[in-house]
Amino acid sequence: MYNFDVVTPKTVADAVAALGEEDAQALGGGQTLIPTLKQRLASPSKLVSLTGIDEIKGIRTDDSGVLCIGGGTSHSTIAGEGSAYPALAALAGNIGDPAVRNRGTIGGSLANNDPSACYPAAALASGATIVTNSREIAADDFFQGMFTTALDDAEIITEIRFPVPEKANYQKFEQPASRFSLVGVFLAKYADGVRVAVTGASNDGVFRWSEAETALSSNFSVDALDGLSASSDDMIADMHGSAEYRAHLIGVLTKRAVAAAG
Amino acid sequence: MPKDHGIGASSKRREDVRFLTGTGNYTDDINARGQAYVHFLRSDVAHGRITNIDTAAASEMPGVVRIFTGADFEGIGSIPCGWQVTDRFGEVMHEPPHPVLAQGKVRHVGDPIAAIVADSLAEARDAAEAIELDIEELPAVVNMKDALKDGAPKVHDDLPGNLCYDWGFVEENREAVDKAIKEAAHVTTLELVNNRLVANPMEPRVALGEYNRANDESTLYTTSQNPHVIRLLMGAFVLGIPEHKLRVVAPDVGGGFGTKIFHYAEEAFCTFAARQLARPVKWTSTRSEAFMSDAHGRDHVTKIELALDKDNNFVALRTDTLANMGAYLSTFAPSVPTWLHGTLMAGNYKTPLIYVNVRAVFTNTVPVDAYRGAGRPEATYQLERVVDKAARELGVDPIALRRQNFITEFPYQTPVAVEYDTGDYPATMDKLEEIADIAGFAARRKESEAKGRLRGLGVNCYIEACGIAPSNLVGQLGARAGLYESATVRVNATGSISVMTGSHSHGQGHETAFPQVVAEMLGIPEDQIDIVHGDTARTPMGMGTYGSRSLAVGGSAMVRATEKVINKAKKIASHLMEASEADIELKDGQFTVAGTDKSVAWGDVTLAAYVPHNYPLEDIEPGLEETAFYDPSNFTYPSGAYACEVELDPETGRVTIERFSAADDFGNVINPMIVSGQVHGGIAQGVGQALMEGCVYDENGQLLSASYMDYAMPRADDVPFYSVDHSCVTPCTHNPLGVKGCGEAGAIGSPPAVINAVVDAMQSGGHDVTHIDMPASPSRVWAAMNG
Repeated sequence: MYNFDVVTPKTVADAVAALGEEDAQALGGGQTLIPTLKQRLASPSKLVSLTGIDEIKGIRTDDSGVLCIGGGTSHSTIAGEGSAYPALAALAGNIGDPAVRNRGTIGGSLANNDPSACYPAAALASGATIVTNSREIAADDFFQGMFTTALDDAEIITEIRFPVPEKANYQKFEQPASRFSLVGVFLAKYADGVRVAVTGASNDGVFRWSEAETALSSNFSVDALDGLSASSDDMIADMHGSAEYRAHLIGVLTKRAVAAAG
Repeated sequence: MPKDHGIGASSKRREDVRFLTGTGNYTDDINARGQAYVHFLRSDVAHGRITNIDTAAASEMPGVVRIFTGADFEGIGSIPCGWQVTDRFGEVMHEPPHPVLAQGKVRHVGDPIAAIVADSLAEARDAAEAIELDIEELPAVVNMKDALKDGAPKVHDDLPGNLCYDWGFVEENREAVDKAIKEAAHVTTLELVNNRLVANPMEPRVALGEYNRANDESTLYTTSQNPHVIRLLMGAFVLGIPEHKLRVVAPDVGGGFGTKIFHYAEEAFCTFAARQLARPVKWTSTRSEAFMSDAHGRDHVTKIELALDKDNNFVALRTDTLANMGAYLSTFAPSVPTWLHGTLMAGNYKTPLIYVNVRAVFTNTVPVDAYRGAGRPEATYQLERVVDKAARELGVDPIALRRQNFITEFPYQTPVAVEYDTGDYPATMDKLEEIADIAGFAARRKESEAKGRLRGLGVNCYIEACGIAPSNLVGQLGARAGLYESATVRVNATGSISVMTGSHSHGQGHETAFPQVVAEMLGIPEDQIDIVHGDTARTPMGMGTYGSRSLAVGGSAMVRATEKVINKAKKIASHLMEASEADIELKDGQFTVAGTDKSVAWGDVTLAAYVPHNYPLEDIEPGLEETAFYDPSNFTYPSGAYACEVELDPETGRVTIERFSAADDFGNVINPMIVSGQVHGGIAQGVGQALMEGCVYDENGQLLSASYMDYAMPRADDVPFYSVDHSCVTPCTHNPLGVKGCGEAGAIGSPPAVINAVVDAMQSGGHDVTHIDMPASPSRVWAAMNG
């Protein structure tokens, strides 16, 4: 690590103000940023810890039945208290290990937009709304490629609003070493159609598999996916799997998600 | 009733109290007053020429004590290699220098270039970034076949090429083996890779050097499996410090697996710098550094051919291996693919003709050396894979083919130099068939298939040579050290005992198991006996722990020393009881006179030894302390049979281990619980190698699998509950305890079982796949089935 200052504001407004300083950086649960700092791969002058802001923590269901999760809510809290959206709670309960789940936050994960992270698939498949200190961003507009989002500098995710689907399931095929998603498929069925989001596979980060969505929206069954295959163009290829393998897994996992969603 | 103490009892591991409660004393827990910290600036390129290094500005940075570079080590010795292999033409191997800090060239990513000593680690790291360093990058050689091509870039400019040696064994058999293979009824050929591994002990390496100007003594605290070996190598060959001025301490060590045998540059640096600066200097490896500086393991590329006659008897075996040495020769690297590998190629089979060819190759990668099993897993893997492939080609049962070719008479002289003293391979196979329920496999396969999964069964045998090793023999083979072991049994006045052993425990449980032996011999409680190890100032010169040698060699030394103690104690007892020494018996801690009711307790005898008021001073000296050195007359030969059952998800290629059974013959067993634990751990590492672990370099020599994000270590949920058995016992015939050693067996025996099972599963699904290289990761399995 290099030397840096740390502030722990109590309100979103104070945090935003602190982030206005040059080279200041927001610190959520620190599950990505702290290792990066330890390897001296980042050198912020000031870390603005979001851990002291109570107003961005917690889970509630609003009047229209939307599940609203504070950006500073930990994975373990979502796993334990997110039962209104079982597929999301299950996803949260399978991230990392207990230490990661107790520290890591959903807002931090979405803001980082790791191409192999789990939450981006859930947010995108759910058509979630990412609420920040200054605006509301639709998930379809939020994810803009590997480690890239619509967030501006000094913009903080305060809440994520998940419309709760009729049926949903997340299938995660783990990369053997990191246990991030080698490929993860989140499927959510709403009254107006099915959404399928894929993480881990693409060089462009999380994306929606539109062919599968179309097929499943008209016929929500495993059979509806017969003959469909995801393209291996732009898929990640590394020591853990070729582009073709990842594309293949998208098909396999989507079928499994449909079967598991029932 | 199982025994509750002494030999054969599952005494609870007394060391676990401190290990499990965070009260161990590891090297990093030791801090010397006024210590400085060193950070190594390491090469980020695989091969390059240092054209400029300027430390002037960095030296002025806050907190910097001194910055060392290769120039500071001119005239200082090279990191030595402990084994010299002679090639098949009678020439000795090429042995390039290995400087403590790079001189002129860097040869692998992680090669240390400069060492920054500062008041704090953060200041040292800051200063490292201020060093002006220019490296002219050179083409790197990573692949061994490429490294041997004409015109390949040379890792060491002064050598003719990248070949370290071309070893043939047994060279006189070469033509006869060629002829037998040519004329055989059937020849099975297999080409395979034994994947490069990173040992990954839980505790990374640490070194703390101290220097006392008052008496000119140096002390090195280090994470070592063999502190005396480090003292010898570093003192005599690198720094020129005589033994009486150099103490090496290896306190609690959190796992070694071989990679903490070797003498490393960082140890020499900390000792050297502490003397230069008259200030303690400490280095603690980060996990990232461990990946690029701990010696790696395995990394063989092999072609093996097994010839059979028309009745399926093995008639000849020929193997051709390229063995990666990495950029420098690590301490025992040359011995691993040769004498620890070629001598095991007979396995459990009476193959009459064997020829092993090994070419060791320098590449721009981290040095490769012994890792749990060291050469023997490489031998076992290729042999048991080719036997399995032969069975499939011939359409015979793989267990039956093995049984048909088993060695059944002992002692057995193999065609590869070693003589197995004892064993019973049909017995361990019988036991395996029982505990693995081989007969029930077909039904379990049906159940898996009903779930859409393929199920495979893999069986194999193994033999290993451990209890390393007879010094006169290994001396002839090129070892530059003796491989005896030592023990001092110090009986205190009130009868308690300290055993100073040259063996070193870094997880094996010696502190529990060794006292069981002494307690059995003396008939006193185990808690009256403590083990002292890991400190050259407190223990007699010993060679440390590796090669499953501690009980077979170190334990034997302890038995010999205890026998000397008993002999002397009997003399004292005979004096106290005014009886003939020949009539004295020792049982349950009491000395008695045969045929009488006279007795004297153990504690009375020990007290007399140190308070010799009534004592035969004219015949024997006071005191009760004896030392023995034990040099084995042969290796020991544990053997066994392993079975693995896997389920394979044909849609994803993911393999899960459903059952794993191990039937081992370790000779006599001192502590069955500890032995089971050793087998469990070994299997976990073998399963890791077979399914998950693999060290990956790109073509430029960059280490891609440089962290746990990409290097897949097995975790608890990756391995099943094992069924292990060590009730098949053929005692070793040549050591006093009849023990063979159990530390490496699991890692040796398990990889072929796993891969045999994976191949079986794929074939059961109609896939014409005869081999898959390790690690059989999901993507590889899927690719093999859809290739």
